[in-house]
Amino acid sequence: MVNPNVQGKKYPETAPYLVGREKVREFANAVFSTNPINHDLFAAQAAGYPDLVAPPTFAVLIQERSLPAVLSDPEADIDFSRVVHGDQRFIHKRPIVAWDELTSILEVESVKSLGAHSMITFKTEIMDRNKNLVCTAISTLVVRGE
Amino acid sequence: MTHINISALEVGQEIGSHTFHFTRDSLVRYAGASGDFNPIHYRDDFAQSVGLDGVLAHGMLTMGAAVQVAVNWVGDAGKVIDYGVRFTKPVFVDATNGAAVLVIGKVGAIDLENNTIRIDLSASSADLAVLGKAQAVIKL
Repeated sequence: MVNPNVQGKKYPETAPYLVGREKVREFANAVFSTNPINHDLFAAQAAGYPDLVAPPTFAVLIQERSLPAVLSDPEADIDFSRVVHGDQRFIHKRPIVAWDELTSILEVESVKSLGAHSMITFKTEIMDRNKNLVCTAISTLVVRGE
Repeated sequence: MTHINISALEVGQEIGSHTFHFTRDSLVRYAGASGDFNPIHYRDDFAQSVGLDGVLAHGMLTMGAAVQVAVNWVGDAGKVIDYGVRFTKPVFVDATNGAAVLVIGKVGAIDLENNTIRIDLSASSADLAVLGKAQAVIKL
């Protein structure tokens, strides 16, 4: 069972992640995007963006960088081999674009138990170089009981 | 800059649909792009050893592909300001035949004051809903 006492716990800010143009293209191809602003610099600039726009779920890469701290936290006591992804949400203040340098801070928003299972919800705030919020990623993991 | 006339939309109206064909190649490509190398997404022996019927797609691949129906309709990936899903069923991807995921987008809500439209996405594979409450809010 996940320790309910970690509710509200915040983990240290992650190292900066520099969003590369080719990574945006690679990710866009992987999610079947045909939207020109994910691939073509001129199309992105013509649409008013400074560089290639990342697909709406790209922020998962940054979220993933914030997860190891909590998954390996002995206090939280999460058995990763029993984890299933339950819910995911991304709330964007603005889209992620190439050459953004992003950091994130993860907070445990809630820990709930449902019979033998635990549900743990993380809120990851993703910020740019100027520490302005870009995206809030909310993820719920279900940890199956023994 | 959009072709969409918000006042002409109706709740329930279909905005588009697409059938995505996931193959094992798609899963390996998504693993590389996302950094999620959990072997349940490319190794049958491993998937079976943890009690699964076979290799399954990353939920985040299904989520990322499904929203493309809304993106293609609005024409600008940067206008999706809020997107959430629930993962309800796995998408099993057969080594030979892959898997088809049908995504249909409909207008779920219209907010004239904030100039936003909620698109409700349904995603199914082998006639089972694989995403629940998949909603993308578009800011025009």
